[in-house]
Amino acid sequence: MSYSLPMSSWEHFPHEADIGVRGRGETLDIAFEQAALGLTAVVTDPDLVRNDEQVAITCEAPSLDVLLVDWLNALIYEMTTRSMLFGRFEVNIDGLRLSAKAEGEHVDRQRHEPVVEPKGATFTELRVSRDEEGQWVAQCVVDV
Amino acid sequence: MDITPLQQISEDQWRLPPTGKMRVPVIFYADRALIEGMDDKAGDQATNVATLPGIVKASYVMPDGHWGYGFPIGGVAAFDAAEGGVVSAGGVGFDISCGVRCLLTGLRASDVEPVKEQLADALFARIPAGVGSTGQIHLDDAELTAMLSGGARWAVDRGWGSREDLDRIEEHGSMHGAEPQHVSQKARHRQRNEMGTLGSGNHYLEVQRVVEVFDPHIAYQLSIAEGDVVVSIHCGSRGLGHQIGTEYLREMAIAAAEHGIELPDRELACAPLRSEVGRRYLGAMRAGINCALANRQILTHLTREVFSDVLPQAELPLLYDVSHNTCKEEEHIVDGVPRRLFIHRKGATRAFGPGHPELPEQLRDLGQPVLIGGSMGTESWVLAGTAEGMALSFGSACHGAGRRMSRHRAKKQWRGSKLIKNLAHRGIIVRSVSMRGVAEEAPGAYKDVRAVVDSADRVGLARKVARLEPMVCIKG
Repeated sequence: MSYSLPMSSWEHFPHEADIGVRGRGETLDIAFEQAALGLTAVVTDPDLVRNDEQVAITCEAPSLDVLLVDWLNALIYEMTTRSMLFGRFEVNIDGLRLSAKAEGEHVDRQRHEPVVEPKGATFTELRVSRDEEGQWVAQCVVDV
Repeated sequence: MDITPLQQISEDQWRLPPTGKMRVPVIFYADRALIEGMDDKAGDQATNVATLPGIVKASYVMPDGHWGYGFPIGGVAAFDAAEGGVVSAGGVGFDISCGVRCLLTGLRASDVEPVKEQLADALFARIPAGVGSTGQIHLDDAELTAMLSGGARWAVDRGWGSREDLDRIEEHGSMHGAEPQHVSQKARHRQRNEMGTLGSGNHYLEVQRVVEVFDPHIAYQLSIAEGDVVVSIHCGSRGLGHQIGTEYLREMAIAAAEHGIELPDRELACAPLRSEVGRRYLGAMRAGINCALANRQILTHLTREVFSDVLPQAELPLLYDVSHNTCKEEEHIVDGVPRRLFIHRKGATRAFGPGHPELPEQLRDLGQPVLIGGSMGTESWVLAGTAEGMALSFGSACHGAGRRMSRHRAKKQWRGSKLIKNLAHRGIIVRSVSMRGVAEEAPGAYKDVRAVVDSADRVGLARKVARLEPMVCIKG
């Protein structure tokens, strides 16, 4: 499954037991937003999610790749404790600090047909870097 | 996986000699076809485990070994605290104490067949399963702490089960050494509405039929015979365990260098057993084990309620409950000397042999029941621990089939609705909230569990007792 705009995209990549999420974007912020959409897509089609409610998230990490793990784990925490799915993200990364808005709605089991619940974002296949074309790539495997 | 560097010891035992930073060899228990089918990354991960400080004897891979996180799934490794040994949050994984329990019913398949649909509907209505489901039990902080200290014993004290259940659970239903004060508020919050829920992914509750018995003596002692019906529950410590895993994995990955540990893969995050973070993790992880034991106990209670409505003649005593993502302190004989070791089992089942003092009296002569989970159309197994297994793998065996295809590929290959229809033709009723979830867990996405079990039996990790096939499957 994948979805793309001209300058940004997300995709899933295979892991033998679980699933990898990869976000790409012109900026680091966009790559993180796209990775988050990839996370939602592990559970449901992000286009099915109405963006009715907003949740603020902040995190800080010793490196950019750990920041990605923290960001996705913060989303997993909000998803499970609020029983929500998120369909839109606005990320601002300043150095190694991230502040974000995640928009979404409560899980509707009929409409969303949620597939599986992510347990945690992992350090497996973790990478936050620029590719040869200068585009940011943010990826890791999610344990489901 | 490329088998060229491996030395073949027997049909089902292979050795990768230590090279480079490896402190011990890697031992694979699997036949040639299973090893060749393993991802190279599973072998790399087992090799990485062999480099960790304080590892004893070998880094082991069970016949169902596959690519995991840090440790391979199907990985077993023992560490000695006195030799600088480590505990690894990655080596236990996110779903702390995920496991399988099996309940007897006293029913024959012919009793269940006529009411199978009704039973499936009643179980699906009663057992909270899948994303967005919440349990009916909501714990305040004091009760949560009591649950984290007491495990299944706590659940039985609250009326969810009987005293007899406890002896049929590893650790007699309550993991010693749990320290709930090291479980964060976030982990507690994640569990607030999740007690007595099945979860999702490969978790399930199945009504199964015993289709074949391999060891009539042990089967008789366990009260299972061909044509009998049992219920198996596969799930773990839910959000609480996932959050403990997430937090300690991060902390250990970042702090490894301070402990002088060079991590070949950050997911292998670990800390010395005698370090402050190592001790804290052990306390929190043991509390996570108790959460899983309590959760499976509550699900057992809900299952018994459903059976008392639909098939009131049934009684559902516990056959046994195993956990397959743990690190436990155990005594093992190494080169003739008894040692206290910390055994990591990541996607591996404890399989104590006959006579082990941890086993309840009724099971002591038989060896520990080892419950191997399947998935929907695939079979499950009951094995028993052996004396040889104690020496081969610190009393450990396989835990399931292991995937042969990623979720990514599986959902492209199958349609959930069609799978459910095909399984119904085979007499297997599946209930799930998610058709894509069913496709991702398609029986064809898993390896042949029979090859895994045969290999474990041949090499002596555990002996085959009985084979089970699903009748009803509630998918999480």
